Amino acid sequence: MLDTASPCLEVRNLVVEFPGRHGTLTALNDVSLAIRSGEILGVVGESGAGKSMTGAAILGLLERPGQIAGGEILLSGRRIDALSDREMEKVRGREIGAIFQDPLTSLNPLFTVGAQLSETIRQHIPGSSRTKARARAIELLQEVGIPGPQERIDHFPHQFSGGMRQRVVIALALAARPRLIIADEPTTALDVSIQAQISGLLRKLSKEHDTAVMLVTHDMGVIAETADRVAVMYAGRLIEIGPVDEVLKSPAHPYTRGLMASIPALGARVERLHQIDGSMPRLNAIPQGCAFNPRCKQAGPRCRRERPDLMPTRTGEAACWLYEGGVE
Amino acid sequence: MLVVIIKKLLNAALVMLAVSFLAFLIFQLAGDPVDMMSSEQSTQADRDLLRERLGLNDNFLVQYARFVANAVQGNFGISYRNGQEVLGLIADRFPATMELVLVATVLSLLIGLPLGILTAIKRGTWYSEILQFGSIIGVSLPSFVVGILLILVFSVTLGLLPAFGRGDVVDLGWWSTGFLTQSGLMALILPSISLSLYQVTLIMRLVRAEMLEVMRSDYVKFARARGIPRYRIYFRHALRNCLMPVVTLTAMNVGTLIAFALITETVFQWPGMGMLFIQAVTFIDIPVMAAYLCIVALIFVS
Repeated sequence: MLDTASPCLEVRNLVVEFPGRHGTLTALNDVSLAIRSGEILGVVGESGAGKSMTGAAILGLLERPGQIAGGEILLSGRRIDALSDREMEKVRGREIGAIFQDPLTSLNPLFTVGAQLSETIRQHIPGSSRTKARARAIELLQEVGIPGPQERIDHFPHQFSGGMRQRVVIALALAARPRLIIADEPTTALDVSIQAQISGLLRKLSKEHDTAVMLVTHDMGVIAETADRVAVMYAGRLIEIGPVDEVLKSPAHPYTRGLMASIPALGARVERLHQIDGSMPRLNAIPQGCAFNPRCKQAGPRCRRERPDLMPTRTGEAACWLYEGGVE
Repeated sequence: MLVVIIKKLLNAALVMLAVSFLAFLIFQLAGDPVDMMSSEQSTQADRDLLRERLGLNDNFLVQYARFVANAVQGNFGISYRNGQEVLGLIADRFPATMELVLVATVLSLLIGLPLGILTAIKRGTWYSEILQFGSIIGVSLPSFVVGILLILVFSVTLGLLPAFGRGDVVDLGWWSTGFLTQSGLMALILPSISLSLYQVTLIMRLVRAEMLEVMRSDYVKFARARGIPRYRIYFRHALRNCLMPVVTLTAMNVGTLIAFALITETVFQWPGMGMLFIQAVTFIDIPVMAAYLCIVALIFVS
């Protein structure tokens, strides 16, 4: 899996803060990750762990008053976290494509899908004529598996089903052949049979075009089917990252272990579903030391004292004292 | 579909009937038109004769039934004041009011839309805060105050624009227009501004609220993620999606404007239907008042 080429996306020590009346909230703290071209990195975690926030920060679409307070984001070696709004408009769509959660509301209801596709194409590929853009749009619809693209291109979003609309959204994200796609919960709003189709399509496109994909989701099934590596987030920090098979089969961090154990197996009859006791701390009440320590069964005094950074484990990295010097 | 249309028409007819009845009822209480029409010297016999001729001695319901029967045929009777056909009087005044309302509507869109967009996309800047504050004043200031202030500044102090009247008008068959002469256009400026001010602020606040709403929507976020430039998003994606309620409001308010024109017309001595009504009230000219109310109601209903 390792290659020597520089990664497509590299995030280094990213910190995102929300300054507010009652002090500053740190939504992302010291997040570092890298995605190679053609690789799919799954990002998982509970709601509010900072998964989507990481995607928004990379796209430069943090909602105010959120701001990047530290760290760097590099796209193919170029820093993009400090670009002006206008420069960022050229990066978004052209170099980074985005797919959002709800295909029902991601498309403007007043324009045909063709108009929205052409708009994106002509925005990013200078000098493409109307007819060229249209031909390209039909090609894209074909590529994401929409039958009869010649007629479908003139249809409005409401004439598509949910799964088909998400395909249109993917076509829009692919319009300018970006190097990186940020897919924020792309399958969450779809029903299960469509979910598999969409995640399969993402995987196929990523491999065919050598595109890096950051797949944000809380669905472990989608991660298992689609991702190459997986990153686990908790309370604004990355706590484990590694190859998907290893992380799913033998998770290193106690939180990831709890997460895996919480997935009910089909066919197994259990009296009670497994759950991790307690809940994720709010951003203004993150405990000292490891953020997970109040809920961790293996926590020791050191976990309440010092915050662990990512440390190498057998197969990946985990932010847990169990892997460096113990919890005492 | 046909059923719906018939239902609506029946509804409208009922509303019209109710309005005309109320109008008629109120005018019975407005005073005795005979007192106004006859001179000091006229004898009791003259008065009785007049009363009889106008049908004022009949039972109230009989009078009302006669009024409705005539009105349905487009006959609103004859003005008590100057003996002209009421319908002809109103038809004479109708273009003046309509032109005023038209210009005021166009003005309110022309000013209200850009201001609404501006205050939405530049939220929090000092000028949009000032505009927001100004719009509250605009909503709460009665239009006669605005009219009088405008006259004070532009006519009395600066002497730039006429304070009253309609200027020269050109007759185009049954329609007389002030659009074609310079004095007609000049005369339009102040009244249409004072009439439209309320609408401007209304549209501005509506557009602002709608824009802010649309800007939060997923498809605008997605458009930004696609790298569509900011201004293209504002004007192509967001604005189009918030025009629906603006169109509805504007169309609905044309009726309101016609009714409000009464005040503006009085302030500016604009020879429109509103002025006609005010004159009719002072003279207890029941046919004119009733016809005016019915026509305004008709515009509202349709």
